[in-house]
Amino acid sequence: MAIESMTSANDTMTITPAVTVSKQRLLKKRYAAEGRFKAYGIAAIVFGLSFLALLFASIVSRGYTAFQQSAFTLNVALDPAVISPSGKNEENELLQADYTALANKALFAALGIDTKSKPDVRAVTQLLSSGADVQIRKLVLANPKLIGQTIPVVLLAHGNVDSMMKGAFDRTIPEDRRKLSDKQLGWLDAAAAKGFLGKHFNTGLFTYGASSQPETAGIGAALIGSLFMMATVLLLAVPLGVAAAVYLEEFAPKNFFTDLIEVNINNLAAIPSIVFGLLGLAIFINFAGLPRSASLVGGLVLTLMTLPTIIIATRAAIGAVPPSIREAALGVGASKMQSITHHVVPLALPGILTGTIIGLAKALGETAPLLMIGMVAFVVEPPSTPLDPATALPVQIYMWATAAERGFVERTSGATIILLLFLACMNILAVILRRKFERRW
Amino acid sequence: MDAMTATSELAARPAAKPERAYKLTARDVNVYYGDKHALKSVSVDIPDRSVTSFIGPSGCGKSTFLRCINRMNDTIPICRVTGKIEIDGKDIYDPSLDVVQLRARVGMVFQKPNPFPKSIFENVAYGPRIHGLAHSKSEMEQIVIQSLEKAGLLKEVKDRLNEPGTGLSGGQQQRLCIARAVAVNPEIILMDEPCSALDPIATAKVEELIDELRENFCIIIVTHSMQQAARVSQRTAFFHLGTLVEEGKTTDIFTNPVDKRTQDYITGRTG
Repeated sequence: MAIESMTSANDTMTITPAVTVSKQRLLKKRYAAEGRFKAYGIAAIVFGLSFLALLFASIVSRGYTAFQQSAFTLNVALDPAVISPSGKNEENELLQADYTALANKALFAALGIDTKSKPDVRAVTQLLSSGADVQIRKLVLANPKLIGQTIPVVLLAHGNVDSMMKGAFDRTIPEDRRKLSDKQLGWLDAAAAKGFLGKHFNTGLFTYGASSQPETAGIGAALIGSLFMMATVLLLAVPLGVAAAVYLEEFAPKNFFTDLIEVNINNLAAIPSIVFGLLGLAIFINFAGLPRSASLVGGLVLTLMTLPTIIIATRAAIGAVPPSIREAALGVGASKMQSITHHVVPLALPGILTGTIIGLAKALGETAPLLMIGMVAFVVEPPSTPLDPATALPVQIYMWATAAERGFVERTSGATIILLLFLACMNILAVILRRKFERRW
Repeated sequence: MDAMTATSELAARPAAKPERAYKLTARDVNVYYGDKHALKSVSVDIPDRSVTSFIGPSGCGKSTFLRCINRMNDTIPICRVTGKIEIDGKDIYDPSLDVVQLRARVGMVFQKPNPFPKSIFENVAYGPRIHGLAHSKSEMEQIVIQSLEKAGLLKEVKDRLNEPGTGLSGGQQQRLCIARAVAVNPEIILMDEPCSALDPIATAKVEELIDELRENFCIIIVTHSMQQAARVSQRTAFFHLGTLVEEGKTTDIFTNPVDKRTQDYITGRTG
């Protein structure tokens, strides 16, 4: 017996180190696996972030110049003989006057050009934007008393001049293949040196509508159109979505029919947005007879597209409210409606707001369905009602992206920066609202 | 079968004095969750201004029965209740009876303290507000102060009525929930294992409170702790597998149970 127990004790003694070694190996393996997993995760994040940084860098480097625009500051003589030969300053006369001549005259004077040389005159007139006359006309129409005076006016330079000013002009190319001749360049350099040609903050980018000249093209019409659409979505999708979600989550009986609705809402959220555009074209425009390109129709289409997102987010938020709160409210004699409006919805509010804002942000960036309802339009004047033709910010970006001029290339990126800023603001707002409502208790 | 034996056993006990007015009488109450027969033919009388405890192993139907009394089971779509429950002689399952009014008369305290994520004041004021019990701000303040006083919480929270109720300790939260139930001035207070989430000291406080509240309310408490039932209640009902096995004075149930199942449970042989 004693010997037996001795041998068994010896056995265990010899086995024990082996066991610990294998155990240690296992432990080491486990640590290694954990370390590897963490490394993969960090690598994935770094990879994603670097692409994001690359994207931002490329957009910003191409787009920041769009926020500046070259312009001549000229002393324009508002000659009554040119503007209003009758001397009555009638509006019709003021509208039809030859302001281009006034602008050109001011530029000739500033550059010291002999107006008898026809080629020189033509070369100089090419330096001003074709929108310069509109700028003077606006000034005169706003204040007819200016007629007869000589006032300094900031007049837009031509797109080619703008490119030159922004250093995107290659002077080494042979003159006959360049857009600006040596003579023109000489004048421009002199003008820049004298200080009456310079870069100004590009307010026109935010106020102008569509234009064939990059220097007078802006996101004005698109911005207002997007604003109208967001308002439509906010007014329609939020009440409809929240009401639908509250009903489905709290009141609806659980049966085949409500299951069907639930499945379909989830499916709707996954439907390609262009299908909503087709639907909008068929129903709102062809059937209901609403005008094409109107931001109201765009808003309605985006409402349809955003509804499932809001419903799903709201349902999730309501479902996450602990049942004990509902019981507590019912237990003190609150009606079902009271328990929902006093307790459940306020508690679900951060989730509802987040879902709504993310849905809105998605709608703001949506392009495809708007193409179907004719919002890819050349809209010069910003719309004043939701029924006027309009474009949207992402659609404007899409339209500019197809243009070749340098001015449009930088505007494409510039408008993208603005769109991204809007989206970032909305997401930050979602985070702030969420924090605010959650931190209350 | 079980129902039959339960009734016969009840009959075997000396019947309660007939002149005694019962606050609540239940006759032949059955509850079904879908196909599951959760409560089988329960008949019981509960006196006013006393504490009645429901004991029994988990899943025996005591909470189910409790939730029938304020019709909390209505919120479960698959739940079906038959039989008759009367409060002061009026059937609470009468279709013409407003369930919201019923719940104002029958308050409830839940297993886990569930204060609203609002201030202590608002927690207590919510019930009186939705029932229109206070006609002015000062009246509301009075109700809140009185309710907190009744729940033995006033001393601890009187300086921080505007702080969130969720910031209190577990025991204080549960007493806040009791204050909230008391504020509506109910006739019956149902308590579903009110101390199961509390430590022994908080439990002792809540038990003390229950004993005080007995003077004004009819209290029904579901508990897993037989010691608690013995400490706080005057009458005890033992449930087993959906049937009410035995009901009577707490002292009788614990010292001299009639049914073998009751005896096995209170001596710890089953449960």
